[in-house]
Amino acid sequence: MISLRWLMTALLILAVAATAFGKGDDPFADPEREARFRHIAQELRCLVCQGESILDSNADLAKDMRAKVRELMREGRSDEAIRRYMTERYGDFVLFRPPLKPATWVLWFAPALLGITAVGVALVIARRRSDRHPQVLSPEEHDRLRRLLDDENDQI
Amino acid sequence: MIGELGLFALVLALVLALMQAALPLAGAHRGQRQWMAVARPAAVGQLLMLALSLAALATAFLQNDFSLAYVAENSNTALPWYYRLTAVWGAHEGSLLLWAVVLGSWSVAVAAWSRQLPEIFVARVLGVMGLVSVGFLAFTLLTSNPFERLTPVPAEGRDLNPLLQDPGMIAHPPMLYMGYVGFSVAFAFAIAALLGGRLDAAWARWSRPWTTAAWVFLTLGISIGSWWAYYELGWGGWWFWDPVENASFMPWLTGTALIHSLSVTEKRGAFRGWTVLLAIVTFSLSLLGTFLVRSGVLTSVHSFATDPARGAFILGLLILVVGGSLVLYAWRAPRLAAGGSFGLVSREMALLLNNALLCVAAATVLIGTLYPLALDAFGLGKVSVGPPYFEAVFVPLMLPLLAMMGIGSLVRWKRHAAGPLARTLLPAATATLCAGLASLWWLGEVPPLAALGLALSVWIAWTSVQAVADRVRGRRRRWQALRTTPRSVWGMALAHFGLAVFAAGVTVVSTLDLERDVRLAPGESIEAAGYTWTLQSVRSTEGPNYSAERGEITVNRDGRTVATLYPEERVYRMQSNPMTEAGINAGLFRDFYVALGERRADGSWTVRIQLKPLVRWIWLGTLFMALGGGLAITDPRYRRLTERARLGAEAPA
Repeated sequence: MISLRWLMTALLILAVAATAFGKGDDPFADPEREARFRHIAQELRCLVCQGESILDSNADLAKDMRAKVRELMREGRSDEAIRRYMTERYGDFVLFRPPLKPATWVLWFAPALLGITAVGVALVIARRRSDRHPQVLSPEEHDRLRRLLDDENDQI
Repeated sequence: MIGELGLFALVLALVLALMQAALPLAGAHRGQRQWMAVARPAAVGQLLMLALSLAALATAFLQNDFSLAYVAENSNTALPWYYRLTAVWGAHEGSLLLWAVVLGSWSVAVAAWSRQLPEIFVARVLGVMGLVSVGFLAFTLLTSNPFERLTPVPAEGRDLNPLLQDPGMIAHPPMLYMGYVGFSVAFAFAIAALLGGRLDAAWARWSRPWTTAAWVFLTLGISIGSWWAYYELGWGGWWFWDPVENASFMPWLTGTALIHSLSVTEKRGAFRGWTVLLAIVTFSLSLLGTFLVRSGVLTSVHSFATDPARGAFILGLLILVVGGSLVLYAWRAPRLAAGGSFGLVSREMALLLNNALLCVAAATVLIGTLYPLALDAFGLGKVSVGPPYFEAVFVPLMLPLLAMMGIGSLVRWKRHAAGPLARTLLPAATATLCAGLASLWWLGEVPPLAALGLALSVWIAWTSVQAVADRVRGRRRRWQALRTTPRSVWGMALAHFGLAVFAAGVTVVSTLDLERDVRLAPGESIEAAGYTWTLQSVRSTEGPNYSAERGEITVNRDGRTVATLYPEERVYRMQSNPMTEAGINAGLFRDFYVALGERRADGSWTVRIQLKPLVRWIWLGTLFMALGGGLAITDPRYRRLTERARLGAEAPA
C-alpha cells in the first residue's frame, strides 16, 4: 500500500514537473494574451524574494509560478480564477493588491476618510480665519493696504 | 590597531556629544553664557572625532583588515578599491557611523552659519542636535560597533552584496542621509523655539533655508536611488513602493509640506503651531525610516542587515524623541498666537490645502507600509501591500494636489478676488484643456487618466513660468524686473516646473512603455515598436570578482543601427546568486532597455526588451526640483533679514 502511494506521489510530482518545465515559462505568441499574462503576474508576489512580483523575479519559485499562471491561462481560466487558485495555495500574502475584507477595511478606506477629513478641517480653519476681522476699511486705509500687500506679494 | 583607534574616536565623539547636549541646554535654561559657549567647539570636536572614526574604518577596508568583523562581512580582496571604500556604508554598522558623521556635519554647519542668530537660540539648537547624536552614538556603540574584532581572522572576506557594487552606492546613501538627518536641523530649530517660547516669523525665516537644504538632499538621494534601481535591478521599474523606499518617501512628503507651511509662517505669521508640529513629524518619520530599515521588521530587497535587539533600541529612541517633543509641543503650543487672517481665495488657503493633501499622502504611505506589519503582529493574517494598492490610493490624492499647485503659484497672499484670479489663470487653463484634448486625440488609445496627467503637467509648467513672467509683463524695464525677481521666486518656479517635467515623464512611461519577453538565439531578430532587435552574440567575460555572460543586442530602424546594448548575466564568485545587468541606451525621449534572462537548453536566451518613452524626464524633473530648492536657499533675503532679526531679538515676540 505504502509503496503504491509513493509511486502515485512520484508520478504526480513528475507530472507537475513536466508541466512546469515542459512548455513552462515561454512567452505566448499572441501579444494580447501575453499582455494579460503580464498583468496577472505583475500583481502576484514572489514568496521567496518578498519584494518582487513573479513577473520580475529570477527565483526558481517565481519561474514555476509563472509557468503555472501560463498553464492555467491555457486551460482557459479567468483572471479571477487564477488569482483564487494562487490565494488558495499561498494565502492573501501572494496578492500585491490586498483583497477587500473586514481586516483590510482600514487599509482601503482610511486614505479617502483622511483626505475628506483633512480638506474639511482646512476649510473650517479658513472660514474661521477669514471671519476674524469683519470691520470695513476707509478708502485711504484700503489704498494703503493695497500698497503694503503689493510689497508683500513681491516675495514668496 | 586601526580598529581601536576608530573605536576610541567614537567613544570620544559620544563624550563630546554629551557635552554638546547637556551644557548648552542647561546654560540656556539658567542664562549661563559660558555653558552656552560650549556648543560650537563641542560640535566641531565631535565632528573631528567622528571623521577620524570613519577614516579609520575606511582605512581598514582599504587595507583588507579582516580582523574587523564588519570588514570581513562586507569586503573581499578582489573587490575594486572604490567599492571597498563605499562598502564602509554597505551594511548596518557603517551606515550608522555615516548617519552620525552626517549629523555631526549638519551641527557644524549650523554652528558656522548662525552668527546672526541669538546666542541662546543657537545653544538650544546645537544642544538638541547633540541629544540626537548621543542617542545614535550610544546605539552604535552598544549594539552595532563597526570595530568589533573577529577571531580567528579569516583569510578572505565575504564580499559586498553584488547589488551594492555600483557607482550608485557612492552617492545614494550619503545624499539620502544628508536629507534624512538634515531634517534634524528643522527639528532642533522647532524644539529650540518651543523651549524658548519664541515661535515667530523670524524663527521661520531662520529655519527655512536649512529645511530647504535638507529637502534638496533628500530629493537628490531618493532620485539617485530610483535611477540606480532602474538600471541595476534589471526589470526597468523606477519606483517599487518597497517599504524602504516608502520610508524615505514619507519624510519627503511631510518635508515638502513643511517647506510650504514655513513660507506661510514667515510671510504671514500664520500656521505657527502646525509648522512646528510638521518639523517634529518630519524628523520623526526620518527616524522611523531608519528604524524600519535597520530593525529588520521589514523583509524587502533593501534590508541587508537585521537584528531585533537593535530594533528595540531604535524603537525606544523613536518613542523618546517623538513622545518628548509632542509633550513639549502640547505644553507650549496653546500659548502660540494665531497669525493674520486670510480669505478663502488666498495663497494661505492654497498652501493649507497643499499641506492637508501632502500629509494625507504621507499618512497613506505610512498605513500601507505598517498595516501588513501590524496585521501580522496581531496574528490577523498576512497580506501584501504592493504597487497596485499604492497606485490606487495615491494617484487620486496627487491629482487635486497638482491642480492646486497651479493656483498656489499665482494666487496672492491674504485675499485674491475670484474674478481677477480667474482672469489670471485663464490662459493656463485654456492651454491645459487643449493639451488634454490633444493627447486624447493624438495618442489614440491612452487612458483618460493619462490625458489628465499630461494636461496637469502643462498646467503646472505654464503657471510656474507665469509666476516669473507676470512680474515682468507690463513693466517698462523688463530686464530690470527680471533681474530683481527674488531668487526664491525663481527657485519656486524652477522646482514646480521640475514637478511638471516629472509628472509628464511618469504619465508617459507608465502608459506608453513597451515591454516584451522574447526568446532569441544568437543571430535571431524580432520586430517590436517599429525597431528590429537582434541578438548578435553572447560571450563569456570575466570581471574582477565575477564572471558573466555578455550579450550584444543591436536595435535597428530602417536599416540603420540606432543603439547597441550589452546586457549581462553575472555570477559573483563569493555570493554565487546570478545578477542581471541591464543593457541600456539612454535618450532624452526614450530609453532602450534589455535584460538577459536565462539560457535555454537549445542555446537560445530569454530576453526582456523594453522601450521606455520619456523615462529620463522623471529624473530630469527631480533634478530641476532640487536645483530650484538650491536656488531658493541662496536668496540673499535670508542673510539680510536674519541680521535685522538679530537687532530685534531682544524684543518679545
